[in-house]
Amino acid sequence: MVPISYYLMLSGILFACGVTGFLIKRNIITIFMSIELMLNGVNLSFVAFAAEWKALSGQVFVFFVMVVAAAEAAVGLAIIIAVYRTRETLNVDQVNLLKL
Amino acid sequence: MTPDLHLWMIPLLPLIGAAVNGLFGKRFSRQTVVAVALLFSGAAFAMALWIASQFSSLQTPHIETLATWLRAGDFQADFAFYLDQLSLVMLLVVTGVGFLIHIYSIGYMWEEGGFYRFFAYLNLFMFFMLTLVLASNYLLMFIGWEGVGLASYLLIGFWFTKDSAASAGKKAFIVNRIGDFGFLIALFLMIQHFGSLNFVQVAQKVTPISPEIGGAGLLTAIGLLLMVGAAGKSAQIPLYVWLPDAMEGPTPVSALIHAATMVTAGVYMVSRSHLIFERAPMALMVVAIIGTLTALFAATIGMCQTDIKKVLAYSTVSQLGYMFIACGVGAFSAGIFHLMTHAFFKGLLFLAAGSVIHAVGGEQDMRRMGGLRTKIPWTFWTMTAGTFAIAGFPPLAGFFSKDAILWQAYSSPYGSWVYWAIGVFTAFLTSFYMFRQWFLTFFGEYRGEEHTENGHEHGEHGHGGVHESPAIMLAPLVILALLSVCGGWIGSERFDKFLSPVFHSETTMSSTSESPEAPAEPKKENSSETLFTGISVGAALLGFLLAWQLYHRRPELPQKIAVSLGGFYQAVLHKYYVDEFYATVFVKPLIEGSTKLLWHGVDQNMIDATVNNSAEGAREVSDSVRHMQSGNIRSYAGWVAAGAAVVVFYMVWMGTR
Repeated sequence: MVPISYYLMLSGILFACGVTGFLIKRNIITIFMSIELMLNGVNLSFVAFAAEWKALSGQVFVFFVMVVAAAEAAVGLAIIIAVYRTRETLNVDQVNLLKL
Repeated sequence: MTPDLHLWMIPLLPLIGAAVNGLFGKRFSRQTVVAVALLFSGAAFAMALWIASQFSSLQTPHIETLATWLRAGDFQADFAFYLDQLSLVMLLVVTGVGFLIHIYSIGYMWEEGGFYRFFAYLNLFMFFMLTLVLASNYLLMFIGWEGVGLASYLLIGFWFTKDSAASAGKKAFIVNRIGDFGFLIALFLMIQHFGSLNFVQVAQKVTPISPEIGGAGLLTAIGLLLMVGAAGKSAQIPLYVWLPDAMEGPTPVSALIHAATMVTAGVYMVSRSHLIFERAPMALMVVAIIGTLTALFAATIGMCQTDIKKVLAYSTVSQLGYMFIACGVGAFSAGIFHLMTHAFFKGLLFLAAGSVIHAVGGEQDMRRMGGLRTKIPWTFWTMTAGTFAIAGFPPLAGFFSKDAILWQAYSSPYGSWVYWAIGVFTAFLTSFYMFRQWFLTFFGEYRGEEHTENGHEHGEHGHGGVHESPAIMLAPLVILALLSVCGGWIGSERFDKFLSPVFHSETTMSSTSESPEAPAEPKKENSSETLFTGISVGAALLGFLLAWQLYHRRPELPQKIAVSLGGFYQAVLHKYYVDEFYATVFVKPLIEGSTKLLWHGVDQNMIDATVNNSAEGAREVSDSVRHMQSGNIRSYAGWVAAGAAVVVFYMVWMGTR
């Protein structure tokens, strides 16, 4: 059996990739995908712990996260389309109407 | 029961007039304004006359309660009117003289701007003055008291574009507030100790109290505080300073408010409170002393004034002093008698002075008048009547009333030869400065320029040269002149008898200190009273001769005397520097204190600073924090990540402890 630390490390790497992409990428869709990456990194650690401690609550939690992520994807993509229509760009640095 | 007199209508009629003229007068023609003003003030006078005709059949005091005004616990104040002999006299004087002055004002003010405003104010004044004299409790009286102050303020500052007029109005108002403060405290004391402000109830509470001889108690305190109020309204030392300045107002106003009616309100109030004063000998003495000093003090200032209206103003202060001497020696009816005759002759003198000013095109300086006798004969003759009346020549009105006061000042149980001596000396001064004015104005050569367009109140009177006033101004003069001549023929004794239900009720008789009065009088009566009369007439004659000598026969003499008197003359000329003294002692510290401490210190440095600094602080904090809100989405993401990292580190750190 693979020790839990392996899963957690993979989960940590996935989350760190997500954060890095979230912070450095300019394209909104890439940022969006980075968020998904973070969510899935977290999901991985949830199922790992669930398997380790033979508790189902972790797996239930993952379903909740997936549902929320799906809803978020729907709303987020709608916002992205709306932004593209008005601004004709997906570069977040140019979506800066609120800038001081 | 006594018949319904509808007393409430008397004050209400002028109020309606004031409302109509004040609200709609701007659109009326001058004729309509005049018609409204005369109709309502005349109706009030007619009602007063009608009431006077009914008076003998009335049961006095006649009280009409209109409505309950205030009720708090046991205390109650009503809208109620009170008519007795005293208020009847005041009623007739106020409505009668007031009506005449309304007529006069038509001619005097015809060419002025704000014509409707003037008559609205004048009617408003009548309303408040009539409320004052007809009120049946001190609180309603106080409303009238404050109201006449307001009307006086409005009318003094009638030419409000003139800076001096505006500040004279403010001065009158503020000085009166000081007096009103005393009056109010007296009212509070009455509420606390008598539980009522109603004249009848206060009288019931006061009557059983024995006189506070040789000490000061509640009644002395109330009496002195009432006197503070009276000193403010009736321009007595130390609060007289507003009255001479009040001459900035139009002359009819000076005649009506600042000579005949409003300034006598203090005398009326003291007389109305005679039960309190009779039980407080110390308060009475203070009243008499203030009256005596004011009479003398103002008369000396009057001698050096050159403005025709200022002379009359100081003369008014001085004559009011006489009235307070009368009140102060317990001879209230003599005071009211002088109040009445004074209303006639001083009203007349002011109106005649107004006519003179009108004639010479707005000039008020007597040094630039002279020789007007033949040019304005009607004014001359009426003013002559007034001058002789105020100087106390028999058989004119002023002689009888002044003589009554002087006799009482000596013979009354509260009297003293000091009051009498100063009174006689003041009578001499009065005669002197009045005849000085008379000679300067009407005799000698005309010293003015041939009608120049100066900036005074009548600057726009274009018809050149000295001219007599129109008939509408002369008619009131003639009527008042007749009253000044004949008004005293009632005689002080008959007047005293008429007022005796008010002043000599059973209470006066039972009071021990009072009893010597009745038997004491007849003893000295005939021989010494004639002697005293002779002395006061002699004083008047002396004043006349001196004025004649100085201002008619040898007009160069006054200048020499002035030079030889030097400093004293300067002091009198500058009104003893009282205004300057008040300015240094009260006004300047007040302004400085308000500016430096209250304005700069408290308001700017504390209240404003608290508000401003908290706003400033909030802005500074926000200024530094707002840089987080860059509008850059990735920087927001950075903040989110950083925040999350902080939370994670915190939890890990907490977990390891």
